Amino acid sequence: MPTDTSPGLVIEIAGVTKTFAGVRALHDVDFTLKRGEIHALVGENGAGKSTLIKVLTGIHSPDGGRVTRNGRISTIYQEVNLVPLMSVAANLFLGREPRNRLGLIDRARRDTEAKELLQSYGITADVRSPLGTLAVGEQQMVALARAVEADADVVIMDEPTSSLEPREVETLLEVVRRLHESGIAIIYVSHRLDELYRICDTVTVLRDGVSVHSGPLAELPRIELISLMLGRSVNEIQKHGTTAFGEGHHADTRPVLEALDLTSKPRINNIDVSIRPGEVVGLAGLLGSGRTETAKAIIGALPLDRGTVLVAGKPVPRNVKAATRAGISMLAEDRKTEGIIPNLSVRENIVLAALPRLSRFGVISRARQDRIVDAFVKRLRIKVSSPEQKVAELSGGNQQKVLLARWLCTEPKILLLDEPTRGIDVGAKAEVQALIDELAKEGLAVLLISSELDELLDGADRLIVLRDGEVAGELEGAQLTREHVLTAIAAEVMDDADSHQNSH
Amino acid sequence: MTLTATRTATRTRWLQDNGVYVAVVALLLFNALFTANFLTAGNFRTQLVQAAPVLIVALGMALVIGTEGVDLSVGAVMALAAAIIPLYLGAGPLTAILMALTIGLAAGAFNGFLVAKVGIQPIVATLALLVGGRGLALVIADGQLVQLHDPAFLALGTDDLLGIPISVLIAGVLALTVAAVTNRTTFGRQLVAVGGNRKAATLAGLPVDRVLIGVYTICGVLAAVSGVLATSRLAASDPADMGLLMELSAITAVVVGGTPLTGGKVRVLGTVMGVVLMQLVRATLIKHNLPDSLAQMIQAAIIVAAVYVARERR
Repeated sequence: MPTDTSPGLVIEIAGVTKTFAGVRALHDVDFTLKRGEIHALVGENGAGKSTLIKVLTGIHSPDGGRVTRNGRISTIYQEVNLVPLMSVAANLFLGREPRNRLGLIDRARRDTEAKELLQSYGITADVRSPLGTLAVGEQQMVALARAVEADADVVIMDEPTSSLEPREVETLLEVVRRLHESGIAIIYVSHRLDELYRICDTVTVLRDGVSVHSGPLAELPRIELISLMLGRSVNEIQKHGTTAFGEGHHADTRPVLEALDLTSKPRINNIDVSIRPGEVVGLAGLLGSGRTETAKAIIGALPLDRGTVLVAGKPVPRNVKAATRAGISMLAEDRKTEGIIPNLSVRENIVLAALPRLSRFGVISRARQDRIVDAFVKRLRIKVSSPEQKVAELSGGNQQKVLLARWLCTEPKILLLDEPTRGIDVGAKAEVQALIDELAKEGLAVLLISSELDELLDGADRLIVLRDGEVAGELEGAQLTREHVLTAIAAEVMDDADSHQNSH
Repeated sequence: MTLTATRTATRTRWLQDNGVYVAVVALLLFNALFTANFLTAGNFRTQLVQAAPVLIVALGMALVIGTEGVDLSVGAVMALAAAIIPLYLGAGPLTAILMALTIGLAAGAFNGFLVAKVGIQPIVATLALLVGGRGLALVIADGQLVQLHDPAFLALGTDDLLGIPISVLIAGVLALTVAAVTNRTTFGRQLVAVGGNRKAATLAGLPVDRVLIGVYTICGVLAAVSGVLATSRLAASDPADMGLLMELSAITAVVVGGTPLTGGKVRVLGTVMGVVLMQLVRATLIKHNLPDSLAQMIQAAIIVAAVYVARERR
């Protein structure tokens, strides 16, 4: 996409260095943002993207180097920073409400203006309802609209599409384009290469706190971009493909897990899932189609209206403890709120679920713990300075491996993985994918939930497609193609889904 | 510049972890130099005997706070224990003590049930017993202070074993036990995990409800133990005054000792030192003839300082 901007830079930083507690987060980084350009900022987790953004916005002051800003910056984070209990309109005009003659807030005008404004962003929800009642995607759009209406010259978007459905992504990208046309400069941080190539003009690649590349994006082949991020040779990446899954697995005939008629209205209805040992079953579907709920229902963390879960033919009582004891483990989608215990060490996080079997009369054996932890740290290649390091200090990918280790040391028969590679860097992603493959080969039954279709198509032996909380189809063997999945997802959303899934 | 920043961070961190020990040592030194008759066995004995009941309550409180909770009912449970004792003292001191501990156990289990099963916030759930428990204690005792004369029971508060006052010995043994439970047992580690991230602990298949009920029950029993010892020392059952404002002293000691109110961490030795520090502050001021009102203000300053130092702790 060409830039037709008036010359001039809105942001210029030169030679910026930032160190936290002895760890170098940024080293001699240069970065320039031209008026009206869409600038992709990419890098693995821990490459320094967040630090750079915080230096740009003035949250952190750099240890060395120069930062020049020419304009107002507005940042939109993954988590929306608005007031959930206030109405949509109130959030939109927070701090600059329209006033009437008495100097009081003119609510009627505010609501009308908010409604008109949001319609252009594709939001039709009642502007008087609390913001918190909107879907995350809509909330993000409100945040975006607010940033734009506040006359920002620069908008920084940090992983804006990570929790959006394809349709919402489309609307968001449309809005980004409009901003671009009105001359606003945008810094776009994302893991999703497709989006970057569709909308961005320039790219800056960070690796280990150093800017390794900066230039027009269109001239940079994808494989080259990945290689810049990873620091691996292009050949090696091509050989391994983009996902690290192997070929199909040998699956026994008798299912080890049978979940029948799982129903918890209104979220899921009449869902059947069965997995054989050594098989990877994928759960496909759009956001909100009931994927996470299905997994939570299987492990007993979701109250059910009806439904049974059988492990090796035996019914499992519906609570997490019983399910865990029966051999079911679940890697939750949200690492921070449902996975790690931040205060505890890597060792304690790993052994947490297996504590009862590592102790005698309730007294823990430290030696047995250390043996197990050492084995898993090696096997999963978890990067830690020591097992006593606090888990909160690790990168996302390593935290995910710690959680995988937590489940593996309970020796489960069935592993439910909810978005196991979300938000982790490309290198760790490949490792996690390879590991899932390996576990299935060893005879584990795996349920894989992912919003990346490629990950599902490559990783799963069989796919269950969900739509609005119901099973919309099961695909196997030769049916495992993009087109089949899309057909199953829905006739009514087919038109949209088709266009972006193909470009995905 | 970076080096200075790093050094400041390290220093803050060190102060967060060890501030309470530094403060205790500093106060001891101050008293050794400027307070007459401070370095005597008799004085240490008095200080420890006074601190023992608070410590026993604070140990339970530290565990509850480690689960991201709080127990406001400890003082009321002490009063209940005190009220029960004269009723059963006729059947022998052992029976009386067991009955007192049983009521502490029941009160704690009730708190745990409200928090874990009913899902009431700890501060509200235990507030119910803070108000109702003392009321019940007064009903049981008919609002009366009862003098106790059973020599075996009174010995608990006055006698020594191996040259150490029995109450201090009990407090010490309990502190060691709580430390061992916290650090070396499945229950202790699960407790910390529940406090650190309850959702994750649930999804990890931990017996979250059982852990919570267990923690509040332990806290209730410890409060009852403290109530028994304090009653014995007083040689009277006084449900109207027994354990009054004890919940605040215990929370103060726990927080000053470096256990964060946000849960996920329990510091037993820190709690012990927190109790010792607050006791020393009071003793120092009394020995220098400063009024009690000033002691309260200085305690407040210490709490603010402790929370200030800990503010960056997550």
